[in-house]
Formats: sequence, structure tokens, C-alpha cells
Amino acid sequence: MNYLYITTGLALLISVIADRNKTLTAIKISCKKLVKILPAFLTMLILVSIVLFLIPDKVISNYLGNNNKFTGIILASLFGSVTLMPGFIAFPLCGILLKKGVGYMVLSAFTTTLMMVGILSYPIEKKYFGIKVTIIRNLISFFIALIVALSIGLFYGELL
Amino acid sequence: MKIKKKHINVLAVLIYFVFILGSFAIGFKPGKQIGHNFMSFSLEMLKLLPCAFILIGLFEVWVKKESVEKHLGKNSGVKGYIWIILLAGTTVGGLYVAFPVAYSLFKKGAKLSVVFTYIGASAICRIPMTIFESSFMGVKFSLIRLIVSIPLVILSSIWLANYLENRNYKIMAGN
Repeated sequence: MNYLYITTGLALLISVIADRNKTLTAIKISCKKLVKILPAFLTMLILVSIVLFLIPDKVISNYLGNNNKFTGIILASLFGSVTLMPGFIAFPLCGILLKKGVGYMVLSAFTTTLMMVGILSYPIEKKYFGIKVTIIRNLISFFIALIVALSIGLFYGELL
Repeated sequence: MKIKKKHINVLAVLIYFVFILGSFAIGFKPGKQIGHNFMSFSLEMLKLLPCAFILIGLFEVWVKKESVEKHLGKNSGVKGYIWIILLAGTTVGGLYVAFPVAYSLFKKGAKLSVVFTYIGASAICRIPMTIFESSFMGVKFSLIRLIVSIPLVILSSIWLANYLENRNYKIMAGN
């Protein structure tokens, strides 16, 4: 997180030194773009807050831990698709599940869909790229995540 | 018609906040939990979004269209994908930060397949996240994930771009 602040600060500083007016234009563009997309972010935040209430970490770990591997993969990829959580929550959770005996294959289905498939970020993606692209991209991502999970299973000897 | 839809949205948001505030007032636990979720995620975003959009603004002002076209445009070839994956590696946040960046890249002349590769790659190969991941799951796990997913992301992005270009896809104008 800190490197984002440092990069932004440095970039702004260099920009101001190089050309004050251009920097001002840049800030104006930033604000305009941010304000424009904020309603979509608000929608996403509201959805996230409700979905995370309905599907808390506990439910996820219960379901992923107590199934055979193929139901596990399907459930994991569905959970990963409909939820949205930052890495600093998701990976420690996976670390705990790993110790509990949940396989790498199931966990990779969860983390990869979590990263690539964004049902909750749909309002934002739709604003920029339209409904059609959003749906196709998310479907493709879902299948990529399944392939990743199967590959992980193959390499860790969990598949066969 | 459009105004009507807007009104419904505003109403839904209002109901949501009244519900959350009401829950805190009467101590309704599920409502309070949802409120906490909302707050913690909003804070997460507030830490990221201003910086991300300032960088987008600077990018729009300083980076010339010609140079984006040259390195990420129609004739950029394999190098375009390498550049964009490196750029994606430094992205912070999640998809929700990648979308506005991807949109700006497209407006500056990056080709569609590179733009989609950026979105996919910034989901799966952000460097800080990958390091964090491997500390919990092991380096082998992260490596297999990257080696399998990156080629698939590039191939599917090329396919999606071709598919859309054959159908005269127009990206949303000014979101």
C-alpha cells in the first residue's frame, strides 16, 4: 500500500515541477473521472456488504472443508465468484484452510475466481466496457480459474 | 425513462442507509454487521482510489497517444503483451482499479486484446499480492497458477478482441 502513496507523491511532484498547468489539468481529469464512477462504486460496496453478511468466512470454510474435491471445486469457484475480498483477508483464510486439510486444488479454485471473476464489481465493469463484454470476460475468467485449479490438482497429485 | 431508473437507484441507496442507521439505532445485529462490512470496504477503497485516479489523470495528461499506440497498439506484437503484463504486475487493488486504468489505456490507443490482457493480468499477477500469496500457499502454488493462467489470459483476450472487432464493438463513450 505504501508504495502506491510514494509513487503517486513522486509522480505528482515531478509533474508539478515539469508543468504546473498540466498537473492541474491532470487533477481535474482525476476528479471528474472519480466522481463519474463513484455511483457504481457505491453500488458495489452495498452489494459487497450484503453478500459478505450472507456468506461470511465461516460459511466458506465450512463448505470448502466438508466436501469431496469436485463438489469442493465447484463450491469454491462459486464462492470466489460471488464474493469480493482483499488478498490480505483471502490468503490468510486459505492458509488456515490448508492446515485444516483442504486441498490446494479447491483453494486455488477459490482464490483464482476471487481474483478474476467479479460479479460484485459488475456495476463498475459494465460502466466502462458494457454488459456484453462484462459477461463474456467473467465467463472466460471462470473457466480459466477451473483450468488453473485442475492444473494445480494435477501438480499436487490431488486430481487422480 | 432514464430519469425513472435513476430515481429507483437513489431510492434503493436511501433505503439501504436508512436500514443501516436504523439497525444501529435499535441494535439489529444483521444490519449492524452489514454496516460494518460497508464501512471497512469503503475505507479500503478510500485508501486506494484517490491515488489510482490521480495516476490515471497524470497518465492522460503526460503520456502521448503515439507512444501508447506504438508500444501497445495495433502493431505492437508480442512486446505489447509483455509490457502490459509488467504494468499489470504493479497495479494495486483489484479489478475495480484495473477497469478505469484499462479504459484510459484503450482511449490512448492500446489495442483491445492488450486492454483485456491488462485486466486479466492485473487480477492474477499483481506482484505484492503474489508474494503475499506464496507466503501462505507456497512458491510452487503461485508459480503453477501464473504459468497456467497468463497464457490463457492472453489467448482469451486475443480471441475476445477479434470477436468484438468483427462485430464493430464500441467501447462505452466516457463511461
